[in-house]
Amino acid sequence: MKPAPFRYARPESLEEALDLLAEEGDGAKILAGGQSLIPVMSFRLAQPAMLVDVNRLTDLDRVERTAAGGLRLGALTRQRRLEREPVVAEAAPLLAEAVPHVAHPQIRNRGTVGGSLAHADPAAELPAVMVALGARFRLERRGGAREVAAADFYGGLFSTALEAGEMLTEVAIPPWPARTGGAFLEVSRRRGDYAMAGLAALASVDADGRCGPARLVYLSVGDAPVAVEAGAAMAGEMPGEELFAHVAAAAAAELDPRSDIHASAEYRRHLAEVLARRALARAVRRAREAA
Amino acid sequence: MTDERIEVTVNVNGTEHRASVEPRRLLSDFLRHDLGLTGTHVGCEHGVCGACTVLLHGEAVRSCLLLAVQADGAEVTTVEGLAPESATDGDGLHPLQAAFWEAHGLQCGFCTPGFLMTLVPFLAENPDPDEDEVRHAISGNLCRCTGYQHIVDAVLLAAEKLRSS
Repeated sequence: MKPAPFRYARPESLEEALDLLAEEGDGAKILAGGQSLIPVMSFRLAQPAMLVDVNRLTDLDRVERTAAGGLRLGALTRQRRLEREPVVAEAAPLLAEAVPHVAHPQIRNRGTVGGSLAHADPAAELPAVMVALGARFRLERRGGAREVAAADFYGGLFSTALEAGEMLTEVAIPPWPARTGGAFLEVSRRRGDYAMAGLAALASVDADGRCGPARLVYLSVGDAPVAVEAGAAMAGEMPGEELFAHVAAAAAAELDPRSDIHASAEYRRHLAEVLARRALARAVRRAREAA
Repeated sequence: MTDERIEVTVNVNGTEHRASVEPRRLLSDFLRHDLGLTGTHVGCEHGVCGACTVLLHGEAVRSCLLLAVQADGAEVTTVEGLAPESATDGDGLHPLQAAFWEAHGLQCGFCTPGFLMTLVPFLAENPDPDEDEVRHAISGNLCRCTGYQHIVDAVLLAAEKLRSS
């Protein structure tokens, strides 16, 4: 229950951190909040040769409203800060609704935005929310940077587009679209536990009260965030319980969740349907309020 | 393998401590073994039980999920630092500790330091919580005696006392 020995580096600048990552390659792991990495190391499921502690890179701890009305989050921003900054609830209400579901306050005090996104736990809330919001991630390496859409960032289980030597440094969330409401829901056995299934949803209504296509992104029902197609069927329809039930059933039918000690595949699919019905009703109500 | 050691300076309960630690030294072990502050308890050692909760710059964190080297230059408060200075005679307790005593908020007591350190910043931020908020606040702390009802009672009692003091 103790980590294996490793070398420890505490760079004072991003440049220095990227140099270290470039030199160490696969042997280095970035230590941000450490709320997932340290337990994994204590279990000796990970034995990195070097930890690059990025906690001194305080420039990466920032929450900014962009001129266009979106949000820009530094990767080192603590999850707790997202709960406290009113600008998050204004610019990305779906994110603000999801954050209190991330583990417990003690964890959110340390856990970072970038850490959670890069760790890519299939049960994590923030990846699904970022896919739903159409966020873009900035990945930096020594001598270069690129941007990747959240939807393209996630691959298989715990795997991402990050290559050795790269670090996720910033998240850009586009402006909240007009006449749009969001809803984040999840079901866990106890508050703060990993969700057995969760859903980030966005829905819109036009001036005539008809729905636009809804965006539905699940967590904990696949190896990575799962964006389903079923929300497209909302387009042009008048909102109502029947429509929500129809779309929710179609959404759940698209899923192929796993069974594990927490929940069976069948139960997860059931939860997915119930969550979609509730989330669509809530998101549409909020879209109407926003219109 | 590496036997690298790193010098750290950590302010714990108002006293500055210098030590040389292995990078893999957990903050929880640093507090207990290097500083002898055994009030911080270690339960699961992988971030689930909350027994090792301490304050880092005033915010509740799990000390088993932090490396001691990460606390270099930081201010840490442990359960030993809760009671006021005048408490060195053994009688003084923090109002939250007193409320735990009064409302039977502890049974075996193993989880108690973690609960206390979780709740001190919670009550500072939320001085008049309802029962639901208290239960949410302690959701990251496990009591294997399952004495949650009395813990919740103790928190509500402490909140009331702190408000009126």
